[in-house]
Amino acid sequence: MATIAMPGRVEAGATAGPQVRPAEPTGIWSWISTVDHKRIGTLYLFTALFFFIVGGTEALVIRWQLAKPNMGLVSADMYNQLFTMHGTTMVFLVIMPLSAAFFNYLIPLQIGARDVAFPRLNAFSYWVYALGGVFITAPIFLSLAPNGGWFGYAPLTTNAYSPTLNIDFWVIGLQILGVSSLAAAFNFITTIINMRAPGMHLMRMPIFTWMSFVVQFLVILAFPVITVALVFLLFDRFFGTNFYTIAAGADPLLWQHLFWIFGHPEVYILILPAFGLVSEVLPTYSRKPLFGYPVMVYSGILIGFLGFGVWAHHMFSVGMGPIADSIFSLTTMLIAIPTGVKILNWVSTMWGGQIRFTTSMLFGIGLVALFTMGGISGIMHSSAAADLQQTDSYFVVAHFHYVLFGGAVFGIFAGVYHYFPKMTGRFLSETLGKWHFWVFFIAMNLTFFPMHFSGLLGMPRRIYTYDAGQGWEIFNLMSSAGAALQAVGMLIFFYNMWKSYRQPMTAGHNPWGAPTLEWSIPSPPPDYNFARLPQVTSRYPMWDEKGRDAMVQTQDGERIPTSQELGIPMPLSTAKPFFVALFMCLMLSSLIFLHIEGMAMVGILATIGFAGAMVATLYNWLLTPLE
Amino acid sequence: MSTATITADAGHGHAHGAGGVTHVEHQPHHTSLGLDNRKIAIWAFIGSECMLFISLISTYLIYKGKSVVGPYPHEKWTDPNSGETFNAILNIPVTSASTFVLLMSSLAMVLAHSAVVNRHAPKTTTLEKIFGSSKLWLLVTILFGVTFLGFQAYEFTSFVHEGLTIKTNLFGSSFFTLTGFHGAHVTVGVLWLCTLLAMDMKRGLQPEDALIVDLSALYWHFVDVVWIAIFTLIYLIP
Repeated sequence: MATIAMPGRVEAGATAGPQVRPAEPTGIWSWISTVDHKRIGTLYLFTALFFFIVGGTEALVIRWQLAKPNMGLVSADMYNQLFTMHGTTMVFLVIMPLSAAFFNYLIPLQIGARDVAFPRLNAFSYWVYALGGVFITAPIFLSLAPNGGWFGYAPLTTNAYSPTLNIDFWVIGLQILGVSSLAAAFNFITTIINMRAPGMHLMRMPIFTWMSFVVQFLVILAFPVITVALVFLLFDRFFGTNFYTIAAGADPLLWQHLFWIFGHPEVYILILPAFGLVSEVLPTYSRKPLFGYPVMVYSGILIGFLGFGVWAHHMFSVGMGPIADSIFSLTTMLIAIPTGVKILNWVSTMWGGQIRFTTSMLFGIGLVALFTMGGISGIMHSSAAADLQQTDSYFVVAHFHYVLFGGAVFGIFAGVYHYFPKMTGRFLSETLGKWHFWVFFIAMNLTFFPMHFSGLLGMPRRIYTYDAGQGWEIFNLMSSAGAALQAVGMLIFFYNMWKSYRQPMTAGHNPWGAPTLEWSIPSPPPDYNFARLPQVTSRYPMWDEKGRDAMVQTQDGERIPTSQELGIPMPLSTAKPFFVALFMCLMLSSLIFLHIEGMAMVGILATIGFAGAMVATLYNWLLTPLE
Repeated sequence: MSTATITADAGHGHAHGAGGVTHVEHQPHHTSLGLDNRKIAIWAFIGSECMLFISLISTYLIYKGKSVVGPYPHEKWTDPNSGETFNAILNIPVTSASTFVLLMSSLAMVLAHSAVVNRHAPKTTTLEKIFGSSKLWLLVTILFGVTFLGFQAYEFTSFVHEGLTIKTNLFGSSFFTLTGFHGAHVTVGVLWLCTLLAMDMKRGLQPEDALIVDLSALYWHFVDVVWIAIFTLIYLIP
């Protein structure tokens, strides 16, 4: 980077007036049949926010139940369903899809592409996610929701100990969601490898795209493992196989190993996109290039690589023996190095910068601070000896909420405030945003910091109530108060979005003076993204003194041409991916009948019928041209 | 629909023009690497499938020798309760034959691909005509695949007759699940090849279609390689 010219001071709301835009399709059908990566990203965003409310409500019920000793708000069984679904929802239906919203929206814009490599496959991924989410969530209204923990340890989840349908919904639901993640991962890997604009070398790609790239590899390598583990469990439950039957000689740790070989990379699948978003946010509001860009790339790759070698640190208490415990302790400590490098690079990025404390920046700094705290308790767990004292206690709950809430969710909110003007052309209110941040920040610490203490005082995880007199009361009350305050923070955020939607589109193409390609096109971008494909000459094209103005595709206030006028062929809207997703979900859902007395035949016929419908629709899809 | 072209969503074209409407260049397959998107996607898919089969094979190997009751894969077993004797289950000569058939199907697949690529090359001798027929080699690949599936069906039913089901013991559970998954992959491959054959019959696969044949070939060879791993690790090593 030879010269970096910082753009002039840009104030929120002080840019261009409304622009003449091509008409956008409207109506529900336009959303069902869309193949535009930006609209699919929007669908992901709103669906994930809906499930955020669901998972948050589950958490609120949990915290209400635990606010005082011996509360009777819910039964022990309902409590099991609540904590299982809270974990499952937040991991698979909230954080992953929120990341997917950004993958969809940003990756093509950041690499200078007109869409993802397979637009229809992208729509398919979304619909599988949405339908699978409904399938796994709805049973809670019948008290049939999964109740074996988000990790579903077998043999506890086999027929012998969990004979009801609850676990079946979980097994089949996760299989459905896995299909969505895998299909999306193949799509994004291809997009990033093959759809980059001229000059967009790998080492010029924005860090968010880089971290997303790493995540897609984690998905394609980790999800097949849980697929196999779930298939074994499904066969055990439905067909009487012996994979998890200890009496037949099965290894009681088989599930744990398979689950965590998936589960630990999954942790990085959750956090790396947030790291990527923050790596876009901090340089923009510090007006400095990211410190140590290549090291940030390599440390992200190294985290992904080492992420496959630490799974058994979730299993220190099962008695693997000193050698295995030592090896996994060491690899776990090792993974702290690239993560620590990232923290130091973010701090160095801010060092000496002209910092603007926008809401997005506050959430970004929040991630750096809170993730560091979660990381430090993580290093404590990496010692097998220390972990034995802490495992299965609220100390662990505190740890992973600091990394996943303080880390992933704060990073995602940094991204939401940063990219909201790009996605909608409108600003979120900075005043309300700062209220949101500070309420969230205080509430987050009020909820989870006391859990360190209740955990060290011996409070176990997953208990539905507790007796007074163990020193846990005050910490639980604080946690519950914090949870209520978090809900207030979310309400402020939703009010902010609603309020913003009533404002005119005033954002302009680059309201924050950000450096990457997505800020060279109008906000919100036209369906074809780039009127002409950009020629990329540096990592921060919008900060290049020479090329910056030429990068801007349509000046603010200018009329935005339509794709027909530009002669850009666009993929045709089609609902075929939706129907393939629908039939596939119905096919897998029908399997549940196999486990209901006297309904096996119905299940077999429905599964075969829907499979036929799926294959027919799939052929119809593949034989229809894209454009 | 009527012109049966498989058009998986390839990257669409890029128009060049400054600001407004200038000249438009339609390059439907311009990509960073010059490779078709589908080629990269299928490699990513195969990478993912590797983890699937690694998990299945590992489970089989971890559970090897752990079954508390027979029958067993490589040795005789007498039921201590009934006194009934069960033979070693795996029949290596029969499976060697089916393995050979599957390996030969990969050869036929290569010939089918080559025939599509060289569709317009002049063919004079009978031999050139035989090797130049993509329909023939697709059909041979399909028939070999179906033969392999037939062997598997025979193998499964005979194992059940000899007293091994998916419920019997850990060997039965892990063996039938692993080989069943592989068989399902072969079935998908056969359906895929049948689709190609139907297209070839209807309109003739042209050299431009080499890619879609290549994609199915990559999948087919992968499934074949997985079987070599299964045959070696499960059948040949006692």
